This record gives sequence, structure tokens and C-alpha cells, in this order.
Amino acid sequence: MSWQGKAKLPTQKIVNDINTDYVISGRYKFKIQDPNELAKHVMEDLDPDFYSRLAPGDFLVAGSNFGCGSSREQAPMAIKYANIAAVIAKSFARIFYRNCFNLGLLAIEADTDGIAEGDELEIDLDGGRIINKTKGREIKIAPLPRTMQTLLADGGLVEHFKKHGGFKI
Amino acid sequence: MGKTIAEKILSNHSGRDAKAGDIVIADLDFMIGQDGTSGVAIDSFRKMQARKVFDPKKIAIIIDHSSPSPNEGVSAIHKKIRDFCLEQGIKLYDVGCGVCHQLTPEQGHVVPGDLVIGADSHTCTYGAINVFSTGIGSTDLAAGMIAGKLWFKVPETMKVVFTGKLPAGVYAKDLILKLIGQIGADGATYLALEIGGEVIDALSVDARFTISNMAIECGAKAGLMNADAKVLEWVKQHGDKKPAPQTADKDALYKQVVEIDVTSLEPQVARPHQVDNTCNVSAVAGTPVQQGLIGTCTNGRLEDFQIAAKVLKGKKVKTGTRLIIAPSSTEIMMAMIKDGTYQSLIESGAVPVTPGCGPCVGTHNGVPSDGENVISTANRNFLGRMGNRTAFIYLGSPATVAASMIEGRIADPRKYL
Repeated sequence: MSWQGKAKLPTQKIVNDINTDYVISGRYKFKIQDPNELAKHVMEDLDPDFYSRLAPGDFLVAGSNFGCGSSREQAPMAIKYANIAAVIAKSFARIFYRNCFNLGLLAIEADTDGIAEGDELEIDLDGGRIINKTKGREIKIAPLPRTMQTLLADGGLVEHFKKHGGFKI
Repeated sequence: MGKTIAEKILSNHSGRDAKAGDIVIADLDFMIGQDGTSGVAIDSFRKMQARKVFDPKKIAIIIDHSSPSPNEGVSAIHKKIRDFCLEQGIKLYDVGCGVCHQLTPEQGHVVPGDLVIGADSHTCTYGAINVFSTGIGSTDLAAGMIAGKLWFKVPETMKVVFTGKLPAGVYAKDLILKLIGQIGADGATYLALEIGGEVIDALSVDARFTISNMAIECGAKAGLMNADAKVLEWVKQHGDKKPAPQTADKDALYKQVVEIDVTSLEPQVARPHQVDNTCNVSAVAGTPVQQGLIGTCTNGRLEDFQIAAKVLKGKKVKTGTRLIIAPSSTEIMMAMIKDGTYQSLIESGAVPVTPGCGPCVGTHNGVPSDGENVISTANRNFLGRMGNRTAFIYLGSPATVAASMIEGRIADPRKYL
């Protein structure tokens, strides 16, 4: 599988420790149930212009420990409904990582240093690489754990449960 | 090779000889959701076309994060939760009962050796009573409610040993802030912590909850401690479920061992906007603060308020500042009323709010103004956490918050003890 899109970096830099409060603030997640409305506030506290810079199919690119903090599933939900195709980070906090695949959202671990705002990227999952077309270089990506491949292939945990009637991982 | 506590609990619940790195599907003893996450869990439950939860007695939902409701949006979510609990026969803790991570152990739902999930990242709190409890997302909670099981990657374990003697004026909160500052916000990502040592042995169970509560702030999946005599007595007083305590084998394999001698530890403060941005209180003493908060799932227990009341005894919250206190449960509030702590804090100028999460998550009960500094006993100081992205949040112990309220600036509590 492969995806093409532009890199979008919160604050236009590679930032470490972006927590789920930044992805979607408690001010919104407690009262808004419509994911399309939540998506409009994605990353707002950290980078108020972030949502307005997005185009469908973009990749959210960050540093290490992305998604730390709160377990709120509204965080990957806001990212998904902002039409971001994948999150690429040096590393992920575990609850967020799991929530991404439960929602069928691709999260990829890779060395993101050297990726800049607007870079044209291609994620080549089978080839285990990201091609940075703008910079003309390739970045190796860690293979997805088997459980995550299963959840992604099924389109998330809801679809997985509907298909198998329980866990089949 | 022997096993860690995490490996033992996950083995016992999966019927497998589970080792770190294995993927297991394990039976759950209990699970919880709160008002910020259960709405989505109910949506996922419906989308999964489920009709009944596997066992309503093993589930509780707690309305605590934004409670009582401050607006119609939240009210709609609360109603959805109430309707679901009624329909499924699930235990509901409605507005004012308290914080999920106080109620779950306090009401006897979890005991040593249990495997527990919660749609809240601070579910790791019950590690203090030897429960493998971990935060998950809403759809995982929905899957758990349907199947009674969840898949887990068995984590490797980091052993943390606190040695020496805790100095006066230094508390559990300072220990965990010290650890997080030392290993960093991702220092224990994907790992379970096993926390022990003579310093932990000497702490009350209440104080131990403070430490396990913040395991997630260094990325840990669980913050496990041994169930000693104090824990077993505590558990006996809070319910009738039979505990099955687990201890690590002597030859258990640890990814890392961290030893911290606390003998000369100072009170710790986490500076804005990251929990691992810690320092000695002396490094920030004198910083003006306009609001204080004592409460939350980290430090909203009886002992916390007793310590704060002792610091504030005969003194007043400085004019121009406000101190919000949020007991973690009705039981705690009643105990505070009974022993005079509640009255004493109010006489000093503290402002009590409904038992629950209080202003910690920025939805109600004390959103700071632009540019204000807050000193809080909560577990997170992220930008915007309390509802205003231009405010600054410092974290410390109840004693540090109380001392800072007397002066209207961050202060070392040791001079008031």
C-alpha cells in the first residue's frame, strides 16, 4: 500500500511530546460529539493556524512521543476527520498509537528530522520506506506490528469486531 | 527465568505463560469510563452492533470530568451515558460522587492481582494496590464491554526503587515528579513500572496512589507496587472482593532499574508546559501565582487536604489569589467535614467545588484568566490544559500549593511545617 501527500508540521517545526490535549483541547472534546466539528479544532492550542493549512490526504509529521497524555480517542478522531491520511513521528505514546489503529488511522514511526512543512512525501508501506520527493531522499520506516496490520486491513476495531464477532488478532 | 508482576497478572488472565513482548488476549476483572470518553465508547458499542455488555457488574461509568454539566453540549453527553447505564444495568456514579480513580478502588471494585482497563489515561492509579490497570481508548472500552476481554502486548518492566528517608515537607508527589523529571516524558513508554523500596513501604496507601497515578506521565502502561499488609488492610476496609496479590520473582527480568535516594530531596515543582520540566521548589520560589488547586485523581484524598490544612492553619489565602479545593469523592468530603479539615480550609479562604475532577481539564470550576499562573496538585500542566492557552500551570504537592497560596507566589512548604 502507498499514500502520497504533503507533510504538515504543527508549528511548522519537528516538535517532540505533542500531547493529546494539543491535538484536541478538553474545551472542545467534552462538549462536541460531531467529529467533523472536532476536526476544525485539531492542534488549535499549539498551532491555531494548523487546520487552515491542511489539504485532504496530508500527513501530520512530528518528533518523538507523539500523542502522550490523555487517552482521549477524540485526538486520532480529530486527525482522521481533518482528512489527514497518516501521522508520521519518531515515536508514539502507547495509548494514542493503539487508538489510531482502532480507528483505522495509519501511524508510522520514522526518523522525521529533515522533513519540512510542505514536503511531498510518499509512504510505501510494503517497501518499508517514505520517499521525500521534495528533498530527493528515502527514510526507512519501522515495520508495523502484526496486530496493527490486522486492524488497519480491517479498517479499525469496530469493523474488525463486526467482521469476526470478537478479537481475531 | 522468573516473572515480573505484569507478566504474572497477564499470564493469570490469559491462560498462557506470558512473557514480555507476547501478545495475549486476557480476561478483564473490571473496566471504567468517564464522561469525556464514554460517549464515544457508547457510539462504538452501537457501531459494533452489540446489544448487551458481557457483564454489567464488571463495568462502571463515572461522570466526573465536567460535572455538574456546565453547558448543553456536555449535558447531552451526560444524558447519553445515563441512558446507556440504565439500559445495560451498569453502575453509574453520577455528578458529585467523585473522581473515577478514587471511586474505583474506594468502592471496592478492584483488588490486588486484578486486570483492569479504563477509558482514561490515569487508570494506572490502581497499580498502587497491585492491580494491573491501564488506560485505553473509547473503542477498546467498547470492545471490552462486549467481549469481557482485551488484547495486550505484555510490557517489559522498569524497576524503580526509592531508598533513604523522606525528609519533612517532602511527599509522594515530590517523589513521582522527581522520577518523571529524571527519566523524561517518554522514559517508560511501553513499559510497566514496578515501584518499591523502603520509602514506598513507609507511605500510606493514599500517598501511593499519587505515585502510581502519574506513571502515565513518563509513558508507562502501569505503575505497579506490591500489596503489603497496609494495602491488604485497605482493600479489606473498602470491599469484599478477594485479593490475589502478585509479587515479582527474584530472578525476574527487568529492562532497567532506577534507584533514587530521597534523603536530600527537596519539594519538586513541574514548570510549564511539560510534566518532566521539573526543578527544586527553590528554583521557582517567588514566582507570582493567582490561582491554586488542591484535588484531582493525583492529590484529592483526605491526607492531602489534612496536609494543606496544617500548612494553612491560622493563615489566610493571600488577597488577590484564590484556592480551589476539589475532594476526590463524597466519602473524602464527608471525612474532611468530620475531622474539621473542610472547615479549617474554608476558614483559611479555600473555595470548595463539587467532588470530581474540578478545574483540572479546563471545562469548568476555575478556568484561569489570560497570562495567569496557577499552582496545582494535578498531574498535567500542558499548555491550555485548564482551558486557557495563555495561562501557565505549575505542579506541586498539596503542601507546596498551600504554602504558595499564603504568599501569593510559589513557596517552599517546609517553613510552614
